[in-house]
Amino acid sequence: MNQFFHSVTLDKDKCMGCTNCIKRCPTEAIRVRGGKARIISERCIDCGECIRVCPHHAKKAKSDSLDMIQNFKYKIALPAPTLYGQFNNLDDIDIVLTGLKDIGFDEVFEVSRSAELVSEVTRKLMQEGKLEKPVISSACPAVVRLIRVRFPDLCSHVLQLNSPMETAARIAKREAMKKTGLPRSQIGAFFITPCPAKVTAIRMPISCKKSEVDGAIAISEIFAKLAAAMENLKTVEPLARSGIIGVGWASSGGESSALLNDKYLAADGIENVIRVLEELEDEKIRELNFIELNACSGGCVGGVLCVENAYVAKARLQRLRRYLPVSQNHIDGRIPGGMKWQKNLLFTPVLKLSDDMNEALRMMAEIDEICEELPGLDCGSCGAPTCRALAEDIVRGFAKKNQCIFIMRKEIKNVADALSSMGTFPLLSDEEEKKS
Amino acid sequence: MNNTLSFDYIVPGDDFTRAGEASSDVKHKLKQIGYDPDAIRRVAIAMYEGEINMVIHAGGGKAHVEISPEKIEMILADHGPGIRDIDLAMREGYSTAPDNVRALGFGAGMGMSNMKKCSDTMEIDTKVGKGTTLHMTVLAKKKQ
Repeated sequence: MNQFFHSVTLDKDKCMGCTNCIKRCPTEAIRVRGGKARIISERCIDCGECIRVCPHHAKKAKSDSLDMIQNFKYKIALPAPTLYGQFNNLDDIDIVLTGLKDIGFDEVFEVSRSAELVSEVTRKLMQEGKLEKPVISSACPAVVRLIRVRFPDLCSHVLQLNSPMETAARIAKREAMKKTGLPRSQIGAFFITPCPAKVTAIRMPISCKKSEVDGAIAISEIFAKLAAAMENLKTVEPLARSGIIGVGWASSGGESSALLNDKYLAADGIENVIRVLEELEDEKIRELNFIELNACSGGCVGGVLCVENAYVAKARLQRLRRYLPVSQNHIDGRIPGGMKWQKNLLFTPVLKLSDDMNEALRMMAEIDEICEELPGLDCGSCGAPTCRALAEDIVRGFAKKNQCIFIMRKEIKNVADALSSMGTFPLLSDEEEKKS
Repeated sequence: MNNTLSFDYIVPGDDFTRAGEASSDVKHKLKQIGYDPDAIRRVAIAMYEGEINMVIHAGGGKAHVEISPEKIEMILADHGPGIRDIDLAMREGYSTAPDNVRALGFGAGMGMSNMKKCSDTMEIDTKVGKGTTLHMTVLAKKKQ
């Protein structure tokens, strides 16, 4: 497998080389070079911000197509609770779930069910006082990746529990094996995803060696087909088995309120998330037990692979939740080992200038020197998001100073001045002419 | 070659929205240089507390930071009222911050003790009516 799999990719033909994406990337992972955007692989956290802002639709998320489920004998859909908020006038979650069976799945396992289990286990672990406080949610894979590349000191605060998606796949497959007698290899579990970061979390999991989820199908990919199927259902099967707590995970604050603890903070939108992480790192945020962070505005309902406006979806989910019980899924006794991370979160310093500190210091000095020369407008015309980022690229050897249009203009003016002065002076002075 | 980088910052007085700019800039630089995360954390906290103190008590001041592979030195200088009783100021929970500052959540009296905790050495040079200069050092590898 490739060292860096990314679900966020670029369609070169559509890219106009504008600077919208480089400006919004939270890890400065994009540059425009030769008129096209390029993603610096090791820095990208697959948050999907560039997909959201690209006016030319050149940024895409690689997700799986519905046809992929045909590779498996027994097909399980794992719908994110966000899915329910996409449909107008929906008053019964069972209609969505039955619709999923209608478009080709044999079984449906709501991710909101396992979300309730994750909430319960989190409550348990926090009560036992074994976690480093404040505990940072690990549910948003873009946030986990952001912490891994930018916040070394916070890695140990990240909740080392598998996401509801991963947990759902494990439970659903085990149940399916029992029910059908089929081996694990013939049972496929597919997440119906609101975001590209989840696709990456499946292909290149941080928490375990191999994800049990076999594919991620974008909500936008199946929306039309599913909506049509829901229209034409003859009977609605009673499949829904989650409550307010599980469905609440779809929007920001849902995971936190499921902990039944007041000392929490919930932030959403990648810029706000970064601000909170910075302050957490400086220990400016105190007296909190739990931090819920979602890269998308509004939480998962704001994912770039959703169809509906995040706030409309959130309002619909609130209405749907009203008729549900609080929680329907519980763990008896011991915390299942499969819910815990197999690996620790290790800091990956992708922004470091050099492995040798002396060299890094020298580079830093050079960056500061170059910054003095640059105009400080952060216009992005050079293809880097800021003047400082350009200075870094120059020092790292990836760019040249005259990529800055202001420096280039100065250089052109110097050449033009030199050329024009050639005409105004005689080629040889009078004295030189006499000598010759 | 001299392996020390130095940076100077002006800490504006009475502006809580800008307090912390210098420490967060230093933090970013240290991350890029590849400093040990624990040292970065201690520098960020010590310097932020110093900055906040300059904003609350001294109407701003200057910060000078020197980074070398071995250590980070921070010199925070102001022309504020000075510290009357250093022992008292070092005590946890002791604060002379005015009520309006406390209402903002600052001035809990943990600043000085926090700085002491986070730095490996700390010297205070203060004259009442003249100002305070604080010299803190954080070593790349913490003393055991």
